[in-house]
Amino acid sequence: MTERFISIESIARRYPKPGGGETTIFDNLWFAMNKGEFSCIIGHSGCGKTTVLNVLAGLELPDDGVAVVDGHAIEGPSLDRAVIFQGHALLPWRSVLGNVSFAVSSRWRNWSSDKIRTQAMRFIELVGLKGSELKKPSELSGGMKQRVGIARALSIEPKILLMDEPFSALDALTRGALQDEVRRICIDTGQTACMITHDVDEAIYLADRIVLMTNGPDAMIAEIVENPLPRDRRRIDLHKHPDYYALRNHLIDFLVSRSRSFKEDIPAGYDKRHPPIVRPTAQPSSPGGDDARNAA
Amino acid sequence: MSSNLTLRASVLSFVILALFLVTWHIATRGTAATATMDPEYAKLMGLTATTGKSAMPGPLDVGAKILEHLRSPFYDRGPNDKGIGIQLAYSIGRVLLGYALAVAVAIPVGFVIGMSPLMNRALNPFIQLLKPISPLAWMPLALYTIKDSAISAIFVIFICSLWPMMINTAFGVASVRKEWLNVARTLEVRPLRRAFTVILPAAAPTILTGMRISIGIAWLVIVAAEMLVGGTGIGYFVWNEWNNLSITNVIISILVIGLVGMLLDQALARVAKLVTYPE
Repeated sequence: MTERFISIESIARRYPKPGGGETTIFDNLWFAMNKGEFSCIIGHSGCGKTTVLNVLAGLELPDDGVAVVDGHAIEGPSLDRAVIFQGHALLPWRSVLGNVSFAVSSRWRNWSSDKIRTQAMRFIELVGLKGSELKKPSELSGGMKQRVGIARALSIEPKILLMDEPFSALDALTRGALQDEVRRICIDTGQTACMITHDVDEAIYLADRIVLMTNGPDAMIAEIVENPLPRDRRRIDLHKHPDYYALRNHLIDFLVSRSRSFKEDIPAGYDKRHPPIVRPTAQPSSPGGDDARNAA
Repeated sequence: MSSNLTLRASVLSFVILALFLVTWHIATRGTAATATMDPEYAKLMGLTATTGKSAMPGPLDVGAKILEHLRSPFYDRGPNDKGIGIQLAYSIGRVLLGYALAVAVAIPVGFVIGMSPLMNRALNPFIQLLKPISPLAWMPLALYTIKDSAISAIFVIFICSLWPMMINTAFGVASVRKEWLNVARTLEVRPLRRAFTVILPAAAPTILTGMRISIGIAWLVIVAAEMLVGGTGIGYFVWNEWNNLSITNVIISILVIGLVGMLLDQALARVAKLVTYPE
């Protein structure tokens, strides 16, 4: 890990409790991401994973600690970090082209309208919506709306793509198609990306590294799982890879039981600053994660 | 199916109108000539008593008078005898002027209230107190301070149009979806651009609703205000014709007031349709 492109250092987020006092969502959270890497944060609802993403987006500031991107502390939202929202968040009075152009013209304020249009159309084509660019969001299906959200986020050519459960509201077929799309685009462009999800299969297919968060409040990063599957994986033969079930069982096991029990049974030598890195594989003696097998 | 429904509805409308007119006609037809009376006394009593004609004009009288007005709506024979068109033009002019001033004040102020919870809290007691005041209650104060009845009428229109627009603008601005604002934030959209490209379009339907309520109230109030200040306008016309005991003209005024009010509302409904977005 020579290049820490994104580094979350000891961040904490607390909310006042209705009856006085404070609820700590998480405290002293550390992790880092490399350039060009696809990370997924997995955890149950309410564990604060969306808060982590909002901190990275700059929409929320941490109460303690700092999030650093490319050497600069995050002090607010930035065009360097594009967000794909869970509810697509398209402006309903603008067409597809209008929504993407809005982002492009925000990024490059002095561009001519021709140039803005060309850039917007390039990304509308990239997500396969050519021909629908003049439609209003209300005329699009859920999947198409989220494609516009992806085009809008990518059109500003961000350093990081942040996604908050972007496909959770879609049906399985559409979700699969959009995952393929996002994976293709991120690999082709070397896009650094961070996605919040609670879908294990989505994380396995997309992520290079999977951050496991325990249940909140006082959520912790239990461990960081390195994806043992090859980078040029394909959806259809993913499950035939020898390491597939080791990884999947490890993740499911975490979500089902360890996300709850981890805090009561913190492993010896656990350091919040350096959460253990695990690489679940079919071979018990693989480097980095021999405990993963036992978990399954 | 729907065109069928439209057709049936319009047929029914015409039937109701015809029934109304016929009833009206029969009710005001008048009876046969009444008992013979002293000619001097009959002269004093007028047609009502002698021929049994009702003092209430019938639909035919009103229709004839409407045609007469339509033939020369804009004549001007001195301060007490102007065409109904001129009177209407005065009223519409006052309403539009007072309304435009109210738009110019209510929408920016409503924007500020909607954007800032502090301003919202601070100004809310004033708005709540001023809103329920009958606009005509302002009239003496306006007359005293402005010292001009024509401008006072415009002021009254201004003050009554102000509140619904301001409250609706504030509400529309305050309830813009958080995710749209977050989109603007992540795109680093500057405040002024955000106001015009995100908040204004998002709040426009709510603002237009307020504007429609306001124009309705303004048109209600102008009639009463002109009855008070006198001189010109459809409100003055109604009162003047009442003093002339021309019930026919009063009825025609009522009809015209309704018609203009409807047109004003429909015009804003059109605009509202333009800015409404389906989600």
